[in-house]
Amino acid sequence: MNRPHHQSAWSWWYLLFVIQYVFVLWPPLYNRVEPSLGGIPFFYWYQLLWVIIAAILTAIVYFATEAKHTSAGS
Amino acid sequence: MHDINWIAFAVFVLLFALITWLGFAAANWRKGDLDLLHEWGLGGRRFGTVITWFLIGGDLYTAYTFIAVPALAFGAGAVAFFAVPYTIVIYPILFLVFPRLWHVCHKHGYITAGDFVRGRFGNRWLALAITVTGIVATMPYIALQLVGIQVVVGALGISGTGLASDLPLIIAFIILAAFTYSSGLRAPASIAIVKDILIYITAFAVIIAVPIQLGGFAKIFSAIPESKLLLATPGPNTTGAYSAYATLALGSALALFLYPHSLTGILSASGGHAIRRNAALLPGYSFLLGLLALIGFFALAAGLDKLPEFAAGFKEFGNNFAVPALILHSFPSWFVGVAFAAIGIGALVPAAIMSIAAANLYTRNIHREFINKSPTDKQEAQMAKWVSLIVKFGALVFIIFIPTKFAIFLQLLGGIWIIQTLPSIMLGVYTRWFDDWALLVGWAVGIITGTAMAIAVDLSPTYPLALLGHSFPGYIALYTVILNLVVAVVLTPLFKGMRAAHPPVDQTATSDYFA
Repeated sequence: MNRPHHQSAWSWWYLLFVIQYVFVLWPPLYNRVEPSLGGIPFFYWYQLLWVIIAAILTAIVYFATEAKHTSAGS
Repeated sequence: MHDINWIAFAVFVLLFALITWLGFAAANWRKGDLDLLHEWGLGGRRFGTVITWFLIGGDLYTAYTFIAVPALAFGAGAVAFFAVPYTIVIYPILFLVFPRLWHVCHKHGYITAGDFVRGRFGNRWLALAITVTGIVATMPYIALQLVGIQVVVGALGISGTGLASDLPLIIAFIILAAFTYSSGLRAPASIAIVKDILIYITAFAVIIAVPIQLGGFAKIFSAIPESKLLLATPGPNTTGAYSAYATLALGSALALFLYPHSLTGILSASGGHAIRRNAALLPGYSFLLGLLALIGFFALAAGLDKLPEFAAGFKEFGNNFAVPALILHSFPSWFVGVAFAAIGIGALVPAAIMSIAAANLYTRNIHREFINKSPTDKQEAQMAKWVSLIVKFGALVFIIFIPTKFAIFLQLLGGIWIIQTLPSIMLGVYTRWFDDWALLVGWAVGIITGTAMAIAVDLSPTYPLALLGHSFPGYIALYTVILNLVVAVVLTPLFKGMRAAHPPVDQTATSDYFA
């Protein structure tokens, strides 16, 4: 019963998810033109950049929690 | 309209022929007994990480999305970019909540959200509410996929009068109906791979070639009117466009995986691992969607709506013509064929999954629950196949005879309705604390209030909530699901007290929710 217990448990790694919510759901942070990147206003490249950052954060959470799960199960 | 673009048309037809063959051949892929509902309707729950990526990607990022998001950027500007934070915040939800739902559904053979709610809360009326909400929210969504096909077919220069003008749409739909009937979920899963390759090729071609033609991003964005470039800064005593933007993103994200077709995609995965991995991999599509939203600005900068050759297209399809017009304007005919096929096929994949999802719901949670209580496996699968045909036919009739704007209104209302199933489904996988009747009352309050609010603002998605002298414009779905939740939380202890003699029914055990 160790395995299920560990996988269902809260992990502090999940807090990484909160970061992306804050940075993309608070428009005053990014609703401006400058600094633009290659002619693309900040508003647009900032949010596109966060797609990549969010994917990386999710991957980190995946590997961190999956590793914990595997070691708990073995 | 204008002359038929024969080269583009030939490429378009060729690619459609390819996916038609693929759709039928898919019946033999990872062969299973298609007389079983979970084989026909969930592909036997055997899709690994990669196929799930294509399937959910093809399912969520639909042809209509690829037409409508750039169209919104073209027409309304920066607000269209809410699609980006929206598709960022969905993935933590997918990562945390849905592997649990997958495990419990796998363990008990649940195929739909209705099945899960029935098992978890033991209340057939709550399950019926979830089911009907799912079916009703899905129907206009299928109809909108057809709009995607209509726009590209129109842009190819094919036109006619009366029923003949709808002939290409009818042919596309017969193809769709036939391969869905024969191959079930395996058909859209295999076609999704072709569709996505075409969509990625198209998107990158546009993103690289068009800015070069137009003289670079700086020049494109300098051609965009100030009012469209950024969100409007809120005035005094209101959170203005900021709260509208953020709540649209968050509310849409919470609603997305409650749609039956999303759930069908998730449940067909081979396990919780495949779902969690996809939460990190699916943002690939979000990035693509963000780039596509920029295409709306390209069309605006190119001034396409002012060119005489596109006047008829914009007149007929409105801003939805922006993407096809840009492709026609910027690329040789053969590539126009590829790009339009990508959009057309991109409509068939989600339409197939949606009709399968609606069919699963009807078969399991209406027919088996209320009409024929003990069907054989074969009868059940056969019923789902027939219902998938009826659902698609309904969507076709809808789009041919009823103006597109009604499908758009209904789809908007659908988002407000489907989110009302959140407490039963997404919180239901964590807790059995809620009383089933309290959930049902909460659902009803959410549906009624949400519909009334939407009507009060002439069917726009955001409502200016007035509170303490301030105005908080926000997405109606988000506001009303909070109300729904409050009602359910307040009524639960009350209802539990009234019928303390009966302990709650629950087919599931805590350990069913993980590996």
